[in-house]
Amino acid sequence: MTHSVSNLTLKVWRQNGPADKGQFETHVIESITDEASFLEMLDVLNERLIGENKEAIVFDHDCREGICGTCSLMINGQAHGPQRGSTTCQLHMRSFKDDDTIVIEPWRANAFPIIKDLMVDRAAFDRIVESGGFITSPTGGAPDANLIPVPKPVADAAMDAAACIGCGACVAACPNSAANLFVGAKITHLNLLPQGQAERYKRAEAMVDKMDEHFGSCTNHGECSAACPKEISLDVIALMNKDYRSAKFKNRKQLSRK
Amino acid sequence: MTMLQDRPTDTKLISKVPDGALADKWDNFKANAKLVNPSNKRKFKIIVVGTGLAGASAAASLAELGYRVDAFTFHDSPRRAHSIAAQGGINAAKNYQGDGDSVSRLFTDTIKGGDFRSREGNVYRLAQVSVNIIDQMVAQGVPFAREYGGLLDNRSFGGAQVSRTFYARGQTGQQLLLGAYQQLSRQIGLGGVRLFNRCELVDIVVIDGRAAGIVTRDLLTGELTSHAAHAVVLATGGYGNAYYLSTNAMNCNVTAAWRAHQRGAYFANPCYTQIHPTCIPQADETQSKLTLMSESLRNDGRVWVPKNFDENRAAHEIPEQDRDYFLERLYPAYGNLAPRDISSRAAKRLVDKGLGVGPLKNGVYLDFAEAIGRLGRPVVEERYGNLFEMYERIAGENPYDQPMRIYPATHYTMGGLWVDYELQTTIPGLYAAGEANFSDHGTNRLGASALMQGLADGYFVLPYTISNGLAPLLNKTVPGTDHPEFKRVETEAKVRFQGYLNVKGTRSPDYFHRELGKLIWDYCGMERDRNGLEKALTEIPALYSEFKTDLRVTGTGEGINQTLEKAGRVDDFFQLGTLMCKDALTREESAGGHFRVEYQTEEGEAVRDDENFCHVAAWEWTGDENNATRHEEQLTFETAQLATRSYK
Repeated sequence: MTHSVSNLTLKVWRQNGPADKGQFETHVIESITDEASFLEMLDVLNERLIGENKEAIVFDHDCREGICGTCSLMINGQAHGPQRGSTTCQLHMRSFKDDDTIVIEPWRANAFPIIKDLMVDRAAFDRIVESGGFITSPTGGAPDANLIPVPKPVADAAMDAAACIGCGACVAACPNSAANLFVGAKITHLNLLPQGQAERYKRAEAMVDKMDEHFGSCTNHGECSAACPKEISLDVIALMNKDYRSAKFKNRKQLSRK
Repeated sequence: MTMLQDRPTDTKLISKVPDGALADKWDNFKANAKLVNPSNKRKFKIIVVGTGLAGASAAASLAELGYRVDAFTFHDSPRRAHSIAAQGGINAAKNYQGDGDSVSRLFTDTIKGGDFRSREGNVYRLAQVSVNIIDQMVAQGVPFAREYGGLLDNRSFGGAQVSRTFYARGQTGQQLLLGAYQQLSRQIGLGGVRLFNRCELVDIVVIDGRAAGIVTRDLLTGELTSHAAHAVVLATGGYGNAYYLSTNAMNCNVTAAWRAHQRGAYFANPCYTQIHPTCIPQADETQSKLTLMSESLRNDGRVWVPKNFDENRAAHEIPEQDRDYFLERLYPAYGNLAPRDISSRAAKRLVDKGLGVGPLKNGVYLDFAEAIGRLGRPVVEERYGNLFEMYERIAGENPYDQPMRIYPATHYTMGGLWVDYELQTTIPGLYAAGEANFSDHGTNRLGASALMQGLADGYFVLPYTISNGLAPLLNKTVPGTDHPEFKRVETEAKVRFQGYLNVKGTRSPDYFHRELGKLIWDYCGMERDRNGLEKALTEIPALYSEFKTDLRVTGTGEGINQTLEKAGRVDDFFQLGTLMCKDALTREESAGGHFRVEYQTEEGEAVRDDENFCHVAAWEWTGDENNATRHEEQLTFETAQLATRSYK
């Protein structure tokens, strides 16, 4: 049966461009069905704003099924809201009760400058991947897929790390705006696999160095993993640190050896 | 078997399928294709629009070869493209299971699955290169599911009797896209590809009959910019969002393909749309999109409805004798794995009869109780755990305890820009890849074949065919962005966007999109008939004129304005919607996803008309969306036997 939630007070961050100071704007949602997703609630609000001849609230979103990593939002101070292991688009209004006040902000981090309202620029993530988050394997030269056996536990662990959707919640949740969970996840995915061994240490070094250009340092709060919609484990940071250390101290001629 | 040689194929619609036996055609093409020498490749600029599987793989591969590539995405990052949402898997004729698979078996399944409305040569090539895709993606580090011995695991999918689907949990699309994205990122880092993010194509520039470049709109500033190139690749996805409610991402749109169409590219089979049988039913009126539950669930889930119209017991209280496992009953050979169109229609009919389940009686059950009993909960959890979680999050019900409720929803569009064997549209120099083209799936795409086709086009077809197209242009000058045509097209785009802002009516773009979607779904959805389509062809234009006079877009054209972006996309959906209905009306037969109520057997199966409709319908823009001209490319079948498609 469908129910509805009533009398919600929204405090939404409005900021007209990167240079603008920005402020909260208050809106009241009289009633909304609890089957609506959080973003559908914002759609309804935007329809209303357009009806009042006002500009719609700008926010990033796309797949609305929790996989593309486009949506963001700090909801009552929590990245992606109160529901663990989920993105904002998968949050439904049944998670809220009548008369709640909901504070909606963009990701807050120096490396993610605000573009407008709730939309931020996460291009720094792409720069990190470009620096080494890949296995060099030009099209056409690959051997038969079954010539590279991968033990199931290794494939599973690589997949756990590869599940990262690049949304940036880890950075937003971190008091230092560190990107270690994001970078650790990609390094773990590729460095665990046999295909990734040739560039293992070069990758760790390049990605971590690029990360340090943009983001803060990790001080082991663990907020990143708690906020992660894919519940990526802190272990990926340990593996990243281990490989980074090896990359810095190993005999460079032997970098690609165990 | 050849048919209808007396019906002419339009002169622009020469498929260019190479000579020779089916199995030799691709080799023959490659043996004769013109090449560009490595040091000359850098003299050519190629524009790739879209960074999904087809676009990212094409951009990366072309840059590796040495071409200068400009890649465009309207997302903040190439990794957001909607390929990422594909769940179930990717087909390949590896025959790792030794269960009788082969290239020709995959070919036959795909031709039959598409109800004999696709081009044999293209489909065979797709089956051939499918094996290379798996090799390529494994080498890139895609963490496919493995057996304990370390070899690759497979599962089966609808429309096939072999296990040929490779998968990475329920996130295969994500992992494949990240693989292609990483390869693209490497090229961006190396300088082989220039990336333009948050940048949307708004028009295509054609000079002297050849694609000369594109005009884009920077979504952050509203600025319009021209880009010239020797070739343009559109890998911009499908148009399922014409229905408003679909499993497509919110920003998926037809603008790039539609602009190409308006500039002279023929649009093929727009009425071939796929309705996916396993989506979560609509819950309320605020719903903005529908969520797919992977078809792989049908490997172990059993689909049923209650036998009694007044059933009001909870699912687990309904005894076996009061349940109708309708797919197993109607299609015993394929059972719950019957193809998508057939499963969808079977569900629709029972729901229309009043046998639906759930609060709105708008779904059917997909039940895992038997699988949990047979395999144990841990195995089911391992196979489908993330899908079950996703379902619970959206529907608020736990599928381990009670069956899922599912209902068909628009998912994929087989129609698209007409392309020849080289994936070139009717505009020389303009190519279309992935879902944006019409080529390989006929009237119905099989599960796990979209990822296969996107990657086949980008990795293993375009790099060969583009060099064949570019070689003759070596050392010839092509028009630059200083050519007056670029300026003219830029001005047109500017006027168009200003036009939306100037209407100052009362309704938002979303309002019109929702209303348009309802019309297309009602009249050109899972089932179509003449009356409905004719009605749609008067109601859509009426709503469209309302759009032109009553649209309201707030804000300005400078800086980011998502309402303005949406207005442009909805405008194009209106024109496309008209063409979809027109195409459905003129195709007087039922085939795959195109089911005309007038053409069915007594048991309700599709009746094709091979005598009159064994062709591709390709539409030419005439300056007015209500008066497109229909052209035909005749389909000839030399290897596959035209047969009634049966899954009984």
